[in-house]
Amino acid sequence: MVKILKKSILAPGVKRLELDAPEIARKALPGQFVVLRIHEEGERIPLTIADARPDEGVLVIVFQEVGKSTMLLGTLNDGDGIMDLIGPLGRPTEIERFGTVVCVGGGVGTPEIYPVARALRQANNRVIGIIGFRNRELILMEEEMRRVVDELIVCTDDGSNGNKGLVTDMLQQVIDRGEKIDRCFAVGPVIMMKMVSLLTKKYGIPTIVSLNPIMLDATGMCGVCRVEVDGQTKFACVDGPEFDGHKVNFDLLMARLKTYVNEERQAVELFRQAQTGCGCGRRGA
Amino acid sequence: MAKISPKRTPMKEQAPEVRRHNFDEVPFGYTPEEAKVEAQRCLRCKKPGCVEGCPVQVDIPGFIRHIAEGNFLEAMKVMKRTNVLPAICGRVCPQETQCEGACVLGKKMEPVAIGNLERFIADWEATQPECVMCEIQPATGKKVAVIGSGPAGLTLAGDMRKLGHEVTIFEALHKPGGVLMYGIPEFRLPKAIVEREVNFVRSMGVRLELNYVVGKLKTVDELLEEFDAVFIGTGAGLPLFMNIPGENYLGVYSANEYLTRSNLMKAYLFPQYDTPIVKGKNVAVVGGGNVAMDAARTALRLGAQRSILIYRRSRDEMPARAAEIHHAEEEGVEFQLLTNPVRYIADENGWVREVECIRMELGEPDASGRRRPVPVPGSEFRIPVDTVVIAIGNSPNPLIPQTTPGLEVSKRGTIVVDPDTGRTSKRGVFAGGDIVTGAATVILAMGAGRIAARSMDEYLRTGRW
Repeated sequence: MVKILKKSILAPGVKRLELDAPEIARKALPGQFVVLRIHEEGERIPLTIADARPDEGVLVIVFQEVGKSTMLLGTLNDGDGIMDLIGPLGRPTEIERFGTVVCVGGGVGTPEIYPVARALRQANNRVIGIIGFRNRELILMEEEMRRVVDELIVCTDDGSNGNKGLVTDMLQQVIDRGEKIDRCFAVGPVIMMKMVSLLTKKYGIPTIVSLNPIMLDATGMCGVCRVEVDGQTKFACVDGPEFDGHKVNFDLLMARLKTYVNEERQAVELFRQAQTGCGCGRRGA
Repeated sequence: MAKISPKRTPMKEQAPEVRRHNFDEVPFGYTPEEAKVEAQRCLRCKKPGCVEGCPVQVDIPGFIRHIAEGNFLEAMKVMKRTNVLPAICGRVCPQETQCEGACVLGKKMEPVAIGNLERFIADWEATQPECVMCEIQPATGKKVAVIGSGPAGLTLAGDMRKLGHEVTIFEALHKPGGVLMYGIPEFRLPKAIVEREVNFVRSMGVRLELNYVVGKLKTVDELLEEFDAVFIGTGAGLPLFMNIPGENYLGVYSANEYLTRSNLMKAYLFPQYDTPIVKGKNVAVVGGGNVAMDAARTALRLGAQRSILIYRRSRDEMPARAAEIHHAEEEGVEFQLLTNPVRYIADENGWVREVECIRMELGEPDASGRRRPVPVPGSEFRIPVDTVVIAIGNSPNPLIPQTTPGLEVSKRGTIVVDPDTGRTSKRGVFAGGDIVTGAATVILAMGAGRIAARSMDEYLRTGRW
């Protein structure tokens, strides 16, 4: 059992958990992820590591409640346990002194870009952060991001924070004002990563994206997370999760992410029924 | 002595039309009476070929003699001296080519059903209030790390513990057992049985660290700072694909994924369990080994109307065990032999809808000694499918070789060892099982664990490498 030390709600449907995981916290690097399983009947859920405090043995994850399992995870509280936690998995982000870098976070991609931005800044890059959300309510980690970048641009789809536009619009503005960008990092919804990659390709800006395909064991065994990069099949769990955004087949990734939409819908429906029934979040309890 | 029956005592099984709809184990096992009758067929050879045929050298005539006399407890004691996983071996070993293949009776009549008897004695023990414990030698103060809790790792762990060493197994998944847990279906090897045997190894004092990925959390070199010796038994987990068009369409699985979802994650019980699986109506399985049979039979149990096995050679070359091929046929798996997929065709949403195949004929023998399949030009045809499972093999898991400097690895990615000792190019590091041989059988992995244990014990006692 892995203990939840602290839970907080960052935005509607977006939660942050601090976990008691000293060994993983000691080894975790930006760009890596963990897999957790809440209880015996649960599935293995891959989640990016949002932060780690090795001295305290604390590992931080941030997640959006999108399916049954993340909803159930969201019902857990301080002191509750998670059955299994495995990590750190995947290759860490390649951190170097590139010069000027742009770190783009879309929605819950923001907590994932945060440790990357921080590490890049520590490596003496000039870091421009761009984070985008649907509306003001959903803005995440603005203060934390501001502390680790040289400049932060926060935008919303509906303009409710006074800065209307998509992250690609903001990136275009940064390019237009004559910034020489040496590298771009983008984490967020697949469509966002695709649009960022298309834009940066036009300007020849090397771009790294962090892919989120369906995973199962996440140690290179099952092959469900295969993605097409430069026409080659790669396993996101061991070859990634980060890849050259200009070479990723995003359309294939988007299609494959829909493999279990019907099952996910069914599971959410049953979960909601159980929730309104006894409120404990587990079936048949 | 009574006249020996030429036929072995049959083991009763679930009827095919019933079992193709459930995940319960297919054979029921022997009753004590049936076991005694079968055990009495053993000739008690002076030089038993069966023992030589067994990669872990189980004292087969010894335990069978006790069964014949009805001394089941004694039989188990004999068994446990050499084999801590008898319920597993009795079920999944290819006995026909090993112990039973070398049985003298087999020259004129059916060989003794050694596997069935092994299974019987292990299952009998499970019904007893206490199990037979192994003798543990006095503590040596030496610490051994085992990476991977599959058949190789479990065997080595059991042997090393018996010799008085402190043993810790590191397992990447959340359940111990490796391929026994994620790969082999419930209907062939019930998971409760794997758990029972793993618990036995635990009860000997072996520690198990689950959810622990060596190579990520700690490297082999870091383990060597804490442990006196390390055994790598990480198996062949990397699924192979054919690299033909359409292999990444929705509904195209690797066998590892398909079986892991079903076996380890219990996807057949979705939505009670959270992991889903595509329950296709027309499922094609590509391959001809035991894994392919397991996948094709799993598809039926998940509700497929058609489960079609596509294999590029003929039945004679199929690597699967005869019993598994037979079980699959009985259950209604359709065999498309001398056939190979060339591409997959999807609908507008990217879901696989057809597999285009080509007929094959057998040409000259290749490096494997089997006649090489050659495509017949112009023979392409299509099979409508909604799920495809690729079961053409696995290559070694690269995580440990990649993160262990100084460890010699072959071109195929397997770890190079001295076959007589299991020693790698790195002092104190041993390896065995599929990570050394490439994908093979449970019992060969166990045999490798046994060989490495003997040599590791010697190394720990003498310090000589």
